[in-house]
Amino acid sequence: MSQTQVQSNGMETEKPQFYLTEDHHPEGSTMLGFWLYLMSDCLIFAVLFATHGVLGRNYAAGPSPADLFDLPLVAINTAMLLFSSITYGFAMLQMERGAKAETLFWLGVTGVFGAAFLGLELYEFNHLIHEGAGPTRSAFLSSFFTLVGTHGLHVTFGIIWLITLMVQVGRYGLIPENKRRLMCLSMFWHFLDVVWIGVFSFVYLMGVLG
Amino acid sequence: MFGNTTLTQFLFGRLTLEAIPYHEPILVVTFIVVALLGVAILGLVTRYRLWGYLWSEWLTSVDHKKIGIMYILLAIIMLLRGFADAIMMRIQQAIAFNGNEGYLNPHHYDQIFTAHGVIMIFFVAMPFVTGFMNYVVPLQIGARDVSFPFLNNFSFWMTTAGAVIIMMSLFVGEFARTGWLAYPPLSGADYSPGVGVDYYIWGLQVAGVGTTLSGINLIATIVKMRAPGMTFMKMPIFTWTSLCTNVLIVATFPILTATLALLSLDRYVGTNFFTNDLGGNPMMYINLIWIWGHPEVYILVLPAFGIFSEVVATFSGKRLFGYASMVYATCVIMILSYLVWLHHFFTMGAGASVNAFFGITTMIISIPTGAKMFNWLFTMYRGRIRYELPMYWTIGFMVTFVIGGMTGVMLAIPPADFVLHNSLFLIAHFHNVIIGGVLFGLMAGVVYWWPKAFGYKLDRFWGLISFWCWQIGFFVAFMPLYVLGLMGVTRRVNQFEDPSLQIWFVIAAIGAGIIACGIGAFIIQLVVSFMRRDQLRETSGDPWDGRTLEWSTSSPPPDYNFAFTPVVHDHDSWYDMKLRGYERPLGGFKPIHMPKNTGTGIILAVISIVFAFAMIWYIWWLAAASFIAMVATAIGHTFNYNRDFHIPAETVTATEDARSKLLAERA
Repeated sequence: MSQTQVQSNGMETEKPQFYLTEDHHPEGSTMLGFWLYLMSDCLIFAVLFATHGVLGRNYAAGPSPADLFDLPLVAINTAMLLFSSITYGFAMLQMERGAKAETLFWLGVTGVFGAAFLGLELYEFNHLIHEGAGPTRSAFLSSFFTLVGTHGLHVTFGIIWLITLMVQVGRYGLIPENKRRLMCLSMFWHFLDVVWIGVFSFVYLMGVLG
Repeated sequence: MFGNTTLTQFLFGRLTLEAIPYHEPILVVTFIVVALLGVAILGLVTRYRLWGYLWSEWLTSVDHKKIGIMYILLAIIMLLRGFADAIMMRIQQAIAFNGNEGYLNPHHYDQIFTAHGVIMIFFVAMPFVTGFMNYVVPLQIGARDVSFPFLNNFSFWMTTAGAVIIMMSLFVGEFARTGWLAYPPLSGADYSPGVGVDYYIWGLQVAGVGTTLSGINLIATIVKMRAPGMTFMKMPIFTWTSLCTNVLIVATFPILTATLALLSLDRYVGTNFFTNDLGGNPMMYINLIWIWGHPEVYILVLPAFGIFSEVVATFSGKRLFGYASMVYATCVIMILSYLVWLHHFFTMGAGASVNAFFGITTMIISIPTGAKMFNWLFTMYRGRIRYELPMYWTIGFMVTFVIGGMTGVMLAIPPADFVLHNSLFLIAHFHNVIIGGVLFGLMAGVVYWWPKAFGYKLDRFWGLISFWCWQIGFFVAFMPLYVLGLMGVTRRVNQFEDPSLQIWFVIAAIGAGIIACGIGAFIIQLVVSFMRRDQLRETSGDPWDGRTLEWSTSSPPPDYNFAFTPVVHDHDSWYDMKLRGYERPLGGFKPIHMPKNTGTGIILAVISIVFAFAMIWYIWWLAAASFIAMVATAIGHTFNYNRDFHIPAETVTATEDARSKLLAERA
């Protein structure tokens, strides 16, 4: 992307230049715009974390985190998501090399890890609900299910997006538009990872510590 | 959820014929009027074969100028609805004394005050402000469009979809009876089981998507698309205030979205965030909603401050006094607006230290605001002031807003607030700042930028009538509410026992009548000016001897805004160009790269309306189907890689030559 540099100071004569006669290509805005979107999404999570912070001890004589959470399961789950971030990184490296097949392969692996994460999460939710610890049981469980579920919904959309992009890369190749899109999804995917680290630490670990 | 449902229930959810309010004469008459008007408009569009033109030139347009105009049109239409609610309340309160129940029962009255607040903030003030930012900012920074033109179109249609959802509640079902922020537990499933709160939630959620995305879009535009040479401290003040406003939008609307989502979970799923039992905490909602709600008032007023700054500098024929201090004041307001939310509920009982903190931060905000006021005054001082219409609104604002600001500082004192909380004093205060600040600013903006957008000035006579009706009507309508508030009258009451209060409500109703004349005069002004457009024609592109880049191009500007990208040397860049002998380029034009129109935005918005309607009425199959349709449409859109085109150099040359001819005729 060519960027036009203009010196407004320095070589000014009596009548300065008031317009450009050649084409002007402003710097691309997509990455900034996507960052701003991620920050706005981050605020949604901030509200959910804050709500969990305020309501997370309101057990209403119901089960507490120590009664409910199966930390080894959550640890495996966390590993799935962290691995998926690494494999997404591999996909991006292959994309930089311009290797389409390898990019698609690593994207596929990322999707599988993401799906495994979601599967374990759904298993956990199902288990909790069958134990009578559903989202309506207490304010603690309401905020737990909402925070973790919102993250899960994001991962679901990430996977739909990932599949869409795989189709597009497969069909049109690693053209600049597709590279830009892969870059955006990469930021989204890593962002979800960072949020999950917050969920794991504050909701699960500190929850079990009581 | 699916157990024991009949086929009708499956197909229509909780929607029955009873939901149509045919037993309410006011609503039936309204519906007939709206239906007749709608049929008339649709008929005219068909009669003059305008559907194709509307679709390809407006509805699917990604041109920031057309989108800006459509936003403002939406705001003006919704203003009529919001004002109709207002005058109904004023009449009801003026007559409901001595056992007279008035003509609005509490059930209806409560919906009206809720709808009035929701519509005026979300569907009048917000689209009005967003419309101006859309129209003016790219022109002021010398850009050809915004960063994400398709997103801009989509944002507009989502805002409109929100407005449509709110309007539907008038004729199908009911609206919320909770007040404009829908505090739980009143807005929870136990106390508001009907569809009213659900209309409220979905209307705001759909519109909120549009608002957040347009905020992101405008920040990216201002940061990345400025003309070469335009550093941050050379940006026009309106662009600065727009930047701060959009930062606030992106930093607060997600909070509103999340908060309303939690309320919906309470209502739909049965969670316990804001309920009274099982550990829920209604005050959590009230904190969260005001963390959005307080910055929201600055989202509205900062662009108005920007408009006043442009107007004062232009019509005083001077540089704005204290440009840098104006920028810093705007940024300080932006940050402080985030630290005051608790002053909306000092009575929560958070204790003296918390209340003191928020009382003090609130009072501190008056300092940068006061600095701005002095900057405007000093800009006028020894200026050659031209009393054109925008200047009337600006001076009216300065007088009115200062009074509103001072009553705001009174409310910021926690002990005083314990007396005034939820009283009509508060109502008078925020109408004082919103009408005297935001609305006067937007009206100033309309008369100021109208010649730019349409190529002719607005009629002065009807403009003056409108201004004086608004100005006088405002004081007559709201000063009595200050008095009543000090006497202890609370808000949202539809009948009164004490006959000695009646005279004040009668005066307030007369004031509302005067404001109605102001709105009428404004519409007459638009019509008269359109009829007389040939006499009011403005061909120079710079009718007010303007100072910023939007006045350097033609009126209305060509699709591409600027044939060549301007280069900026000073913060009043167009004034600087005129001063130093800028000559308009006459040749050497090149093809211009522009984004293509697309219908995806409006299609997605229509599907969102269907989805919201299905969710409101529990029509689950339709909700699922429309949701899938939405996702599929969005994905389908991403398969379109062919999104731009070039305006050929010959077209640019022809457009610019036409303008040269116009300018030559003037000379």
